[in-house]
Amino acid sequence: MLTKRIIPCLDVTGGRVVKGTSFTELKDAGDPVELGAFYYAEGADELVFLDIGATPEARDTMVDIVERVAKRVFIPLTVGGGLRTVDDIKRMLKAGADKTSINTAAVLHPELISQGAERFGSQCIVVAIDARRKDGDRAAWEVCTHGGRKPTGIDAIEWAKKAVSLGSGEILLTSWDADGHRAGYDLELTAAVSDAVSVPVIASGGAGNLEHLYEALMQGKADAVLVASIFHYGNYSVRDAKEFLARKNIPVRMTG
Amino acid sequence: MIAVIDYGAGNLGSVVNALRSIGHAPVITQKPIEIVKAAAVILPGVGAAGDAMKHLNDLGISDAIKQIVKENKPLFAICIGLQVLFDETEEGGHHTCLGIFPGTVKRFPAGLKIPHMGWNQVNQKITHPMFTDIPDNTNFYFVHSYYAAPQNPAIIAGTTDYGITFCSAVARDNVFATQFHPEKSGRWGLRLYQNFLDMALKRKPQKAQ
Repeated sequence: MLTKRIIPCLDVTGGRVVKGTSFTELKDAGDPVELGAFYYAEGADELVFLDIGATPEARDTMVDIVERVAKRVFIPLTVGGGLRTVDDIKRMLKAGADKTSINTAAVLHPELISQGAERFGSQCIVVAIDARRKDGDRAAWEVCTHGGRKPTGIDAIEWAKKAVSLGSGEILLTSWDADGHRAGYDLELTAAVSDAVSVPVIASGGAGNLEHLYEALMQGKADAVLVASIFHYGNYSVRDAKEFLARKNIPVRMTG
Repeated sequence: MIAVIDYGAGNLGSVVNALRSIGHAPVITQKPIEIVKAAAVILPGVGAAGDAMKHLNDLGISDAIKQIVKENKPLFAICIGLQVLFDETEEGGHHTCLGIFPGTVKRFPAGLKIPHMGWNQVNQKITHPMFTDIPDNTNFYFVHSYYAAPQNPAIIAGTTDYGITFCSAVARDNVFATQFHPEKSGRWGLRLYQNFLDMALKRKPQKAQ
């Protein structure tokens, strides 16, 4: 039986891992290579590295980080943040990423999804969707770009479907309302996207305790959960999360 | 000398990193002459089988692979590397493959999330040196939309359940192939590479069973 994945997310800027409430209050949470190796040893199923600085200089730093992580960590690596072209994608894959996550650039230029999928395979192209509830409408979400700052008016569910039809092999779905608040994932959003697409969905934004992971996988119907703060600040370990989920009969990969 | 075939497969670097991490520096090559001269060969793969076949044919590697199999040299094929060993694939319409194993590569049935992506258990169907010290039903990392359906069930070394029970590892003589990615499967994946090195470097090629 396919297990549910627990994926620590490392937000990187200036070569360091950071995480803060809705990304506005950044706090240093460590060296990405060391932290990546630590989570690998702890039993993480994959790792996601997001470059939240995403300047051209930051991209060089990220390539270096990915190269060093790939020599020590033998689980899938997803890299995202500021990737705009097929060449950007190629560079990260060559450095050792298994998948690349594209967000703003995919909204602005949806053909980047199909070009990337054609060139490298759908499994390499993760479309990251930052979604926010529309005012006055409880069950509708719009896509935001530019690190969540810019609402686009595009319906998040429709965008997820379109991204998959263009060749995205996975959706990384972040609730911008929930992110950083540790009050749980947006389960309604996660379930709506998971039901709408035929590819795996990673739930992101809002994990505050282990019950929240369980809810995202059960009610949210997610295939994987992205976790940042509660791991980085040591509230729970990857092992704690897996033991908790296993006790609740969620299939997870236990490591020795 | 172990050769890792470089035909543009996306996971070449990961395979090489995995081998280096267990202390082996492989030769990375796309030259048929080097491939046939190697003591053992690894065929990586990720992406689309049709593209992979095109590259293998264009580079003259297809014949080299057939030759090493004929000579019973150890060959370890991964993911698309496994799929191209069969007669044909349904991916992208239809593509003729290497025909080393009779059988077809098919798409997972509708209704499942595709690709099959993540960690899943491999049920070991045979005793094989490649499985040395690896517990039965260990989780390995998969990412694929198509699976191989061998005509001869005797070559099935491992199976995995995803909607259906499919063949996730094959073995015949000195050929071993996995649908999953050992280079992305943590400790037990690295152990599989170690077992291949042990098989390839410390023993003379021999008929399995």
